[in-house]
Amino acid sequence: MGKVLLWVEHDGAAIKDATLSAVTAAAQLGDVVALVAGEGVDGVAAAAAQIAGVSAVLKADDAAYAHALAENVAPLVAALMADYDAFVAPATTTGKNVAPRVAALLDVAQVSDILSVEGPKTFTRPIYAGNAIATVESGDAKLVVTVRATAFAKADATGGSASVDAVSGAGDAGLSSFVGSEIAKSERPELTSAKVIVSGGRALKDAETFAATITPLADKLGAAIGASRAAVDAGYVPNDYQVGQTGKIVAPQVYVAVGISGAIQHLAGMKDSKTIIAINKDEDAPIFQVADVGLVADLFTAVPELVGKL
Amino acid sequence: MSAMKALVCVKRVIDYNVKPRVKADGTGVELANVKMSMNPFDEIAVEEAIRLKEKGVVSEVVAVSVGPAKAADTLRTALAMGADRAILVQSDEDVEPLGVAKIVAAIAGEEQPGLIITGKQAIDDDSNQVGQMVAALLGRPQGTFANEVSVEGDQLTVKREIDGGLETVKLALPAVVTTDLRLNEPRYASLPNIMKAKSKPLATKTAADLGVDVSPRLKTLKVAEPPVRAAGVKVADVDALVAKLKELGVA
Repeated sequence: MGKVLLWVEHDGAAIKDATLSAVTAAAQLGDVVALVAGEGVDGVAAAAAQIAGVSAVLKADDAAYAHALAENVAPLVAALMADYDAFVAPATTTGKNVAPRVAALLDVAQVSDILSVEGPKTFTRPIYAGNAIATVESGDAKLVVTVRATAFAKADATGGSASVDAVSGAGDAGLSSFVGSEIAKSERPELTSAKVIVSGGRALKDAETFAATITPLADKLGAAIGASRAAVDAGYVPNDYQVGQTGKIVAPQVYVAVGISGAIQHLAGMKDSKTIIAINKDEDAPIFQVADVGLVADLFTAVPELVGKL
Repeated sequence: MSAMKALVCVKRVIDYNVKPRVKADGTGVELANVKMSMNPFDEIAVEEAIRLKEKGVVSEVVAVSVGPAKAADTLRTALAMGADRAILVQSDEDVEPLGVAKIVAAIAGEEQPGLIITGKQAIDDDSNQVGQMVAALLGRPQGTFANEVSVEGDQLTVKREIDGGLETVKLALPAVVTTDLRLNEPRYASLPNIMKAKSKPLATKTAADLGVDVSPRLKTLKVAEPPVRAAGVKVADVDALVAKLKELGVA
């Protein structure tokens, strides 16, 4: 068993759930040391120390690491990797941004988006939008791996009692700076960790109709709201709602697809959901091939009726 | 900064609309007699470079592809869209993202582009690595998953698509950008431009010419079909659907 450096994804206050799944994957590779990089992250480091399966926490507290700019954090990780056999990050947009930069600095071929750990250096990962599963073995001395969160159970957020040690790196590389962000504030559960998701497609017509149709159903079910690429491209909802090959990968208990035909790129993002429910007026829509429960109906009558009866 | 050169990376992949079939012997995905096209994210990259040229920010657009001889077709598509010239780094073997990144970095050493634009991921191996790796190898900043790009002087502002929404970063040029879906809508090449593209320069090289070792680091042991979901049931009406939701404990 080797030593694994784990990227802790956080927003400065709380640890993102995808990290907990990455801990489970990392633990299959060796002893897990969690790296918390950011500014003013004592609280996050303390929370990371509680995660079951984390044996130590490294805290890199520096203004340069505040927004996880890859130009600044990748050299920090690459330098720390002198003492580790593997770098593991959740395959979030942050993990996807940082890990390849680390891999190139280490001259390592990254294994992206793993679904399982098959051996010390062997993994399965989806290719072609999940239409094929490749088993790959790394021949590199060190590993750089990103983890598909939905493929691994979440480690317990509590129960651990790891020590926290401060580390430092080169800080600001002087190549990039953070300007600002537009993060949607929502009372709803986060899409990637929601138990129930209601997703809408192109059939929802426009932003107003999408909101008026999907929101009441999501409210009734306590669900997060997702969308197909077509709905996002048409401007019905923001880009971070997109479920699919190149959007978010989700695997809730229940996924309700409303007016979504089921292009392979969309199915790639949700077909591991425990139960899939589809409402579509086209009985030949591909979504029905993966749906556990299908209702062939006009969504504009069926969804309001459903909301009324729930 | 005066107008700069843009290097755009394009990959020949199975067409977006084709459902890939796993080979019976489990060695990969069937590519024979399958329609191939430019990776959709790379089309967006080409389009963005051309738009920056039309704005006068970019002086020349150079398209690069790493792949088999047939990848020249993909480069011709980029030329027909509006790229000025192309470089094919020919390899009959698959080159892994790290190898591709080293090739692109070597070409960047020769061409000295102010901007390198790639798709955020190729829809065949779904690795999402090359742009970030090129940036690392060149010691340049990276604007990944770009939703909007603008150049002011020697600074590049990139609005990025991130999990919670959007994030804006400012990068020092030269820089690397990887494209997300909403960056632009790529143009179709017109017939006259397709004809014109045939006479645009296309140089062919090998990784060895560039002094790059692209020996694979990963071994693919097996490629298999994903687990198939069992067929479900269709319910007759909303009442039956409500009953199902109650059964599932979500209503």
